[in-house]
Amino acid sequence: MQATHHSARTADLCLIGGGLVGLATALGLQRHGLNVTILDEADVALRASRGNFGLVWVQGKGDTLPEYAQISRLSARLWSDLASRLREDTGIDVELQQRGGLYLSLTEQEVADREAMLLRMREAAGGDYPFERLDLQQVRDFIPEAGPEVAGATWCPEDGHVNPLKLMRALTEAFLKHGGQIANSGRVESITPLAQGFKIQTPEGEWQCQKVVLSAGLGNRTLAPMVGLDAPVFPNRGQVLIAERVRPFLHYPTGHVRQTGEGTIQVGDSKEDVGFDSGTTTEVMAQIADRATRMFPILRGLRMVRAWGALRIMTADGYPLYQASEQYPGAYLVTCHSGVTLGAFHAGPLADWIATDQTDLPLEVFNAQRF
Amino acid sequence: MPNASEFPRIETGAAEWVEVEVDGQPIQVRAGDSAAAAVLAAGLVPSRSTPVNNSPRAPYCMMGVCFECLLEIDGTENVQGCMTEVRPGMQIRRQQGARHAEPVTHEDRQS
Repeated sequence: MQATHHSARTADLCLIGGGLVGLATALGLQRHGLNVTILDEADVALRASRGNFGLVWVQGKGDTLPEYAQISRLSARLWSDLASRLREDTGIDVELQQRGGLYLSLTEQEVADREAMLLRMREAAGGDYPFERLDLQQVRDFIPEAGPEVAGATWCPEDGHVNPLKLMRALTEAFLKHGGQIANSGRVESITPLAQGFKIQTPEGEWQCQKVVLSAGLGNRTLAPMVGLDAPVFPNRGQVLIAERVRPFLHYPTGHVRQTGEGTIQVGDSKEDVGFDSGTTTEVMAQIADRATRMFPILRGLRMVRAWGALRIMTADGYPLYQASEQYPGAYLVTCHSGVTLGAFHAGPLADWIATDQTDLPLEVFNAQRF
Repeated sequence: MPNASEFPRIETGAAEWVEVEVDGQPIQVRAGDSAAAAVLAAGLVPSRSTPVNNSPRAPYCMMGVCFECLLEIDGTENVQGCMTEVRPGMQIRRQQGARHAEPVTHEDRQS
């Protein structure tokens, strides 16, 4: 190891993990005037941020936890401001569109179940929870190409989508432009609480910081105990199919199929418990394609050009973990499987909480003691 | 249409001549030629524009790898011209931007 690696580099705050969650949180922390460094593992990392679907999604999120519905909707409301700031800072248009979204179903039973769920959520929100149940004719008012097997849909005007790869790039460029450092440090070996702050050991040397944020997705499982926290997260695989670019026809995102601003068709929403295998399988790809072409028969004539698997960062109840270490003040855990939807929340209120240790939000429901 | 391109044909055998249409104009090509070769022989480059930036493109690798030769052939869009053998009467058109999701019609071409 070279001599330079022995001298510790310093920052006000280090985040471990430079995916969408870490970058968005880091941007928000910079607005508090903090000198922020991100330690990002390497391209061997699992990289959920490179594999996701890109929905900014509200409907149905938090059906058993109103606080999760609350922060999801808050984030959706803050998203246009984040997109504007990213465009100003970097010139990158992240293709945010929030004109509403549809969750299509192929059975009447599923439409009825979703309506019942959303009615419960409306009640939990004191009546303020906009959605509509649509029959096939009403679905076709939004998307004329919906197929005859579609039983109906639920529609929520607060849903939307972005281009997640452009988002990743914009967040990275904005963070660097505001003076942030990203170190490709390899996997963090240890975090040592000091009398003041923390010392972080990596294969690329040592960093010292006053605060540390764990935003390493599935890697948080091993990092959290180093600062007196627990991160019971596990992988859940989703597979995604990409079809060739076509002229715009799908003007609203759906839970299973969306068209990007550049015309690409993205199809997904599989859920598999297969450990740390981020590969693809013919069986699941066929299921995904079958459902999508029944929803939109027009897709049958399109060529599939890519497919990939990615691992969601899941908890037992599917909700995020936001927690400050009581044992080692200054250490925080931030992890979730909705880094796109919650991006604006992370870049705003969540970063404010980490910077000031104060919040009006009910973040205590997201700590790991609930498991 | 005369050979308007910078690709002069090297006579290698006595293959038959076949007539195809490129953007509505009849051109003579050799049986066994690819649709991409027909486009080059007609000098019809750029032969497509890209879906996002509308940037001009023409056949390049001629061996099925680069996808720069995408054409509309007999009403089917985004076909690899270099991997498609000409047939008498084949209708070849430039691929302008992204393909349509639905089968292409005459009205689409007018727009």
